[in-house]
Amino acid sequence: MRAWFFTETAYPYLPEEFDSIRVTLPNRHYDPRIGAELYHRYLDEWLHAEEMGLEIMLNEHHQTATCVDPVAPIMLGVLARETTKARLLLLGNPIANRRQPVRVAEEMALVDCLSRGRVEVGFVRGVPYEISAGNSNPVRMSERFWESHDLILKAWTTHDGPFSWEGRFFHHRQVNIWPRPYQEPHPPVWITALSTNSVPAVAERGYVVATFLTGFEVSKKIFEAYRATAAGLGRDTPSDRLAYAALLYTGETDEEGRAGARKLMWYVEANKVAPQFVAPPGYVPVEAAAQAMRKGGSQYDFRRLTLEDLVSQGVMFAGNPDTVFRQVKAHYEHVGGYGHLLVMGQAGFLNHRDTVRGIDLFAREVYPRLKELK
Amino acid sequence: MPTLEIFDGKIRIRDLELEAVHRGDGPPLLLLHGAAGIDPRAEYLELLARHFEVLAPSHPGFGNSPLPDLFDSVDDLAHLYLDLLERFELRDVVLMGFSFGGWIAAELAVRCAHRLARLILVGPVGIKVGDRETRDIPDIFALPPDEVMRLVYHDPEKAPTNFAAMSDEQLRIIARNRQSLALYTWEPYMHNPKLRYRLGALRLPTLLVRGAGDGLVSQQYLEAYRAAIPGARLEVIAEAGHAPQIEQPRALVDRILAFAG
Repeated sequence: MRAWFFTETAYPYLPEEFDSIRVTLPNRHYDPRIGAELYHRYLDEWLHAEEMGLEIMLNEHHQTATCVDPVAPIMLGVLARETTKARLLLLGNPIANRRQPVRVAEEMALVDCLSRGRVEVGFVRGVPYEISAGNSNPVRMSERFWESHDLILKAWTTHDGPFSWEGRFFHHRQVNIWPRPYQEPHPPVWITALSTNSVPAVAERGYVVATFLTGFEVSKKIFEAYRATAAGLGRDTPSDRLAYAALLYTGETDEEGRAGARKLMWYVEANKVAPQFVAPPGYVPVEAAAQAMRKGGSQYDFRRLTLEDLVSQGVMFAGNPDTVFRQVKAHYEHVGGYGHLLVMGQAGFLNHRDTVRGIDLFAREVYPRLKELK
Repeated sequence: MPTLEIFDGKIRIRDLELEAVHRGDGPPLLLLHGAAGIDPRAEYLELLARHFEVLAPSHPGFGNSPLPDLFDSVDDLAHLYLDLLERFELRDVVLMGFSFGGWIAAELAVRCAHRLARLILVGPVGIKVGDRETRDIPDIFALPPDEVMRLVYHDPEKAPTNFAAMSDEQLRIIARNRQSLALYTWEPYMHNPKLRYRLGALRLPTLLVRGAGDGLVSQQYLEAYRAAIPGARLEVIAEAGHAPQIEQPRALVDRILAFAG
């Protein structure tokens, strides 16, 4: 198993009262001087993770204090220059919300060259609150996502001069990107899934499917759907096609591990989102939208859960190294195994010292044992 | 004249079969519904059917009308209904649209009005009035749902908000209508930047109607709409919001009869 260290580069200093941390929180609450220090600190933590033998993951969100990395390709470029050996996963590019797929192809190709072939490219549909910030029509996103993907892949793999694209959603003349990607035929591709609906298209293409905070049961269904699709095509599913992202903190003792994990819970507790941004029209199929209207609330809302709930659901791993290993192993075995653990090991007010300590204990005491999991 | 191929509440336009209400006798009235779709039990339909042959299709993607992959703009809908008028050789049609349907009606009329006798736009959207930093129509996709209801209804108590008490089918239709509305109106939001100019070429008796308590379409906006259409009239209905056909059906139908009866 490969472990990837991940921080959302949050700006945790929120006002006492606010309606929605996403989309509408005024940026007067963001102090650029504090933000600058945070960027450097978070970069240092990624570099430290590399030093400890972990791979690196970053993501992108917009108009939110939970993740102040609205232009992740730039952060990826910094990491490409500052690191030397870690794989660099951007999970991912919100390509249904990006108007110029060719530009995405160029960004990723540049960073792939700069890193001498260490980039792994994620494509994500993005959470519903990205719709407003992305100024993106929420209807037919999936169709737009796949057309953008097709154009990016063609831009990466066409080496004999320009081609043109006159698609349903995107038009581009004289597509002929410089540089081309460092890796052949192109960087590895990852795609996220939060339900089984979107899995077959990922599995058919042999990409890595990554699922976030989906715990025991939903993760299991997603991985099963991937294996079933592959099997239907006469293919095995190596574990490196499957990835799981969880909140994770390792301490010397269970108490210390849980204290760190409690600080990570800022990520779920601060995620207060106004209802109109949780359920944009067309983001989910009509039947699912109808049921959501009946129930109210959001499938992304973990705010009422306690630390114990999160741990028992497999959304969070926390404790001393033995405990963390046991928790991951139980989850791993329940869902049928996976090849990548995306470690959300920093959030909210977990400070630099404690973040580094968590990374060190995980890397020294837990990761070697995870690599042995069969 | 080909008969209207309406059977079991369906109307076929080439390969597209739309759900439709078809009732009443009199001059033909093509009714283009707004964001909420058509409720065949609505009182205003009954009142209109006493004086007109009312044809009210569900737009593609609304109610149970299919949504072809090709469709994603008001332009598509205007051309679809032009096709309908031609196909069935309808003449002297009263074309009426509510809200989003008013936008479709206006787009249809500026393309070809030779089958139309009168145009009635009730709380229509579709034109751009304010400057680039002033949204004319509140962004209903970015407002809390209860706030949207306050803007739509003069009396918010009448708003259908008790989702828990609705059937699966009712909820499915509401979700589907909302999704299709977003598809058609997302950007430019609720308008065509060129429509206001094009309305200047219209030579068709036109009535604009606004509910006095309409929180989505302002008096100033409809004044601009009226000024854009040569000879158009604007009337205001008291104690009604964005949907006077729901809150004041009799008052609305009286105005329609006075104008087009």
